[in-house]
Amino acid sequence: MDCFQQTLFRLKNYWSERGCIIQEPYDLEVGAGTMCPETFLRVLGPRPYRVAYVQPSRRPADGRYGENPNRLYKHWQLQVILKPTPQDVVEQYLGSLEAIGIDLGKHDIKLEEDNWESPTLGAWGIGWQVMLDGLEITQFTYFQQCGGCDLDLAPVELTYGLERLTAFLQGKNSVFDIEWAPGVSYRDVRLADEVQFSVYNFEMADVPSLWKLFELHEKECQRLLDAYPGYPDKKRFPVLPAYDQVLKCSHLFNLLDSRGAISVTERVVIIGRVRKLAVGVAQAWLDQSAEVAA
Amino acid sequence: MSGLPFLLEIGTEEIPDWMIQPAINHLQSIFEGLLKDNGLAVERLAVDATPRRLVLRAEGLPARQADTEDLVTGPPKAVAFRDGEPTGAALGFARKMGVPVTALETQATPRGEYLCYPRTVAGRETREILASALPELILKIYFPKTMYWTGKGGPRFIRPIRWIVAVLGDQVVPFELAGVEAGRMSAGHRLLGGRQCPVSLNSYEQVLKENFVLVSASERRQKIEQEIGKLLEGTGLRVKPDAGLLDTLVYSTEYPTPILGGFDPEFLALPEEVLVTVMRHHQKYLSVEDANGRLAPHFIAVMNTNADPEGLVRAGNERVLRARFSDARFFWRVDQQKKLADRVEDLAHVTFQAKLGSYLDKTTKIRELVQQLGGSPHAERAALLSKCDLTTEMVKEFTELQGVIGGLYAREQGEPEEVWRAIYEHYQPVSMEDRIPGSRAGQVLGLADKLDTLRRGFRIGLVPSGSRDPFALRRAAQGVVRILVEAGISDPPLEALLDGDQQLIEFFRDRIEYYFREVRGYAYDEARAAMASGYSDLVDLESRMEAIRGVRPTPDFEPVAASFKRIRNILRQAEFEGGGLNPHLLEPGAERELYQAVNHAGGLVSAYRQTKDYRSALLAIASLRPAVDYFFDKVLVNAPDPEIRQNRLSLLHQLLSEFSAIADFSEIVTTQ
Repeated sequence: MDCFQQTLFRLKNYWSERGCIIQEPYDLEVGAGTMCPETFLRVLGPRPYRVAYVQPSRRPADGRYGENPNRLYKHWQLQVILKPTPQDVVEQYLGSLEAIGIDLGKHDIKLEEDNWESPTLGAWGIGWQVMLDGLEITQFTYFQQCGGCDLDLAPVELTYGLERLTAFLQGKNSVFDIEWAPGVSYRDVRLADEVQFSVYNFEMADVPSLWKLFELHEKECQRLLDAYPGYPDKKRFPVLPAYDQVLKCSHLFNLLDSRGAISVTERVVIIGRVRKLAVGVAQAWLDQSAEVAA
Repeated sequence: MSGLPFLLEIGTEEIPDWMIQPAINHLQSIFEGLLKDNGLAVERLAVDATPRRLVLRAEGLPARQADTEDLVTGPPKAVAFRDGEPTGAALGFARKMGVPVTALETQATPRGEYLCYPRTVAGRETREILASALPELILKIYFPKTMYWTGKGGPRFIRPIRWIVAVLGDQVVPFELAGVEAGRMSAGHRLLGGRQCPVSLNSYEQVLKENFVLVSASERRQKIEQEIGKLLEGTGLRVKPDAGLLDTLVYSTEYPTPILGGFDPEFLALPEEVLVTVMRHHQKYLSVEDANGRLAPHFIAVMNTNADPEGLVRAGNERVLRARFSDARFFWRVDQQKKLADRVEDLAHVTFQAKLGSYLDKTTKIRELVQQLGGSPHAERAALLSKCDLTTEMVKEFTELQGVIGGLYAREQGEPEEVWRAIYEHYQPVSMEDRIPGSRAGQVLGLADKLDTLRRGFRIGLVPSGSRDPFALRRAAQGVVRILVEAGISDPPLEALLDGDQQLIEFFRDRIEYYFREVRGYAYDEARAAMASGYSDLVDLESRMEAIRGVRPTPDFEPVAASFKRIRNILRQAEFEGGGLNPHLLEPGAERELYQAVNHAGGLVSAYRQTKDYRSALLAIASLRPAVDYFFDKVLVNAPDPEIRQNRLSLLHQLLSEFSAIADFSEIVTTQ
């Protein structure tokens, strides 16, 4: 039986053999692999791209102090982007399951309708959740729009929930019992992380400071976006740093949410504010890419 | 067999189960349209589908369209012949038609005689017609939400099209769609079948079966049902019937195989509603019950594969279910730590709607309405607690159980049955098929909740339009209508329930009409006619509609209705503005007879109305037919003497108004 890291190696290897660049996690807090520039920005525009990376994804509100066997504040996603989508994408995906030791002849796989949408990113797609013996293991999405822009090449995004998948492979009822490396459990590696961040996110994060930070990052992003049109040498304009500010805002929003500091009404407004920035960055990125290509 | 068989298989990636049946029905109808538009006959047409293929099969198609004749007009005869000899114009026209001048004919037109030629237009080959029409036709199949996959501006479909089989007789119908060439190559089951399966018209179903695809939905259904029967044989258990879920399973599998799984009986301590919801909505499992109808610690999952020889699939599903049930049990325990009654104030933090405030505000409004509706003290108590379950972990996780969970918790916490039952059922009916609340307190609470949403929703402009109805106000209104009618609540009048809001009353008119037509099966005009006489009391409205439906087949009814329409038109044309009837001005004969008949029937009708015997009342009105017919036969309403004319109009007006309290007859669509 493979340990957690072995499964990751196999998946990365499998996708690298299919032409993917293997990236490392993005070094900012994100709620999902989709938010990394490697997905959010790369799916835009006409340039083909294939990439796979593991992304630790932080969802403050999902934290359970390490007490729930299946819920985590931070979980690991394997994110695969294939742009354009190959004809046999479903077969390739199923091949990746075989590569990590799932004998498909002995299991039940279903693709159940599940369309994905991220209002914060102005992004949505059509697709399924992949069910393996009744367990959701992957989100499979044909991207249609990102940052409010129609996508030229309609890429596919595969997002594997790595803890769940591994718990399945290892026959564990709790993700904390997963064997990460020989003799080392997921609990050993991550429990302190789950406990301490749950305490911070739910009990101690300072709400006024979070709001202040949110506004600072928002302002900084907007300042850059406002500067873009008048900037003479477009190729060297810091669009990527502007996007980092969006990610900061998004994470701060999630923190505020887990502190219960955002009412339902405010929620819609804040999501709209972050989306406005994300759409602005996407447009600047597209414009800049066209400049670079010209 | 004469004619050619045709097979079309559109191979796709997994289509959402609920969209499949409407899609193939639409495919059939647009294909029929295509044949009709091209004058192609067909003997048999059938559609079928799995999640990965939409299939249309036809028999008896002609190889080609019939030839047609097209009369081509040439130059005027006067120009075409000079002194009996053909001119250049005639020769040119003949050359264009490819015939000698002697073959040309002449044709008389309003502008004089013209040369013409009946040219035979050869019918097109069916194969060619299909090849050119099918790409567009396939993309026209309606799906609620489509995608593109070949790139921006590319074709849109529900999911990517990966192969197409199109064969007419023994020939491929050649066309290309989204980069896919139509051919003879199908594909089998994703995991068990071949990726490339050559098929012919005769071998199609057989080849696919060998490749673990059952094309026929009824065959899949039968397989599921039979094998479930075998799984449960001798266990004393049976599946809880669930036609909707079975449909889902039939259309989400190509080769369905049910398996029997189990769960720890200690989970049965959780309410059945919770267990069934987890199994049904989250895992698509059928629930199993014993001979007494009690939930058993088992479930049926339907795999999309042929077998589970090592029990891995069963074990996997059991593990998932265990985790879900454990969550539910955890929520149950946590939620019991704070009683519903202690959660009322927490509702201040749960937004009902941005402009309408919190659920605490809503609770206050619902309680007021329950009082106005004459609810019992228990109904009021239920109103106070009705929304508290929104703060529980269980409802946050399983939102579809709102109300139900509140009811179960209330029972657990010792609330009287009338209270917990009212909370339990106050969201009902959640769909057209769903029942209304069974208890009076539940009915009153359900009404109060929905009416509050409607009244305040309309006040801030959340009026549904077209397909936009984010606040589900149509469903709320439908629920109000159903509770009022089906629970027999006549009082207070609808206008009062709707707070006199004219826009809302208008909105209700549509919902009421829809309900009586679509749900209760009344004819369009029956509903209209009865509603035209008022709809403040829906129970009374139903009685009147029922009476119309009952009396309608009697011989006098429709003719009288036609006469009423005529009377209405006469009054409108005469711009009749009212005025008293002077019986002394009535002429003996038809006019006086009608007057007497109206008075006589009027007496009967008002007596019958008092006892709500609308059927007898309508029969009395219908019995006016001979008098009315005789009147129109003999009497000229538009008499030259204005006084007499006015008097006759008054007579008709009296007739119309006296008999319109039950129904407006002029709304009835008559066959005459």
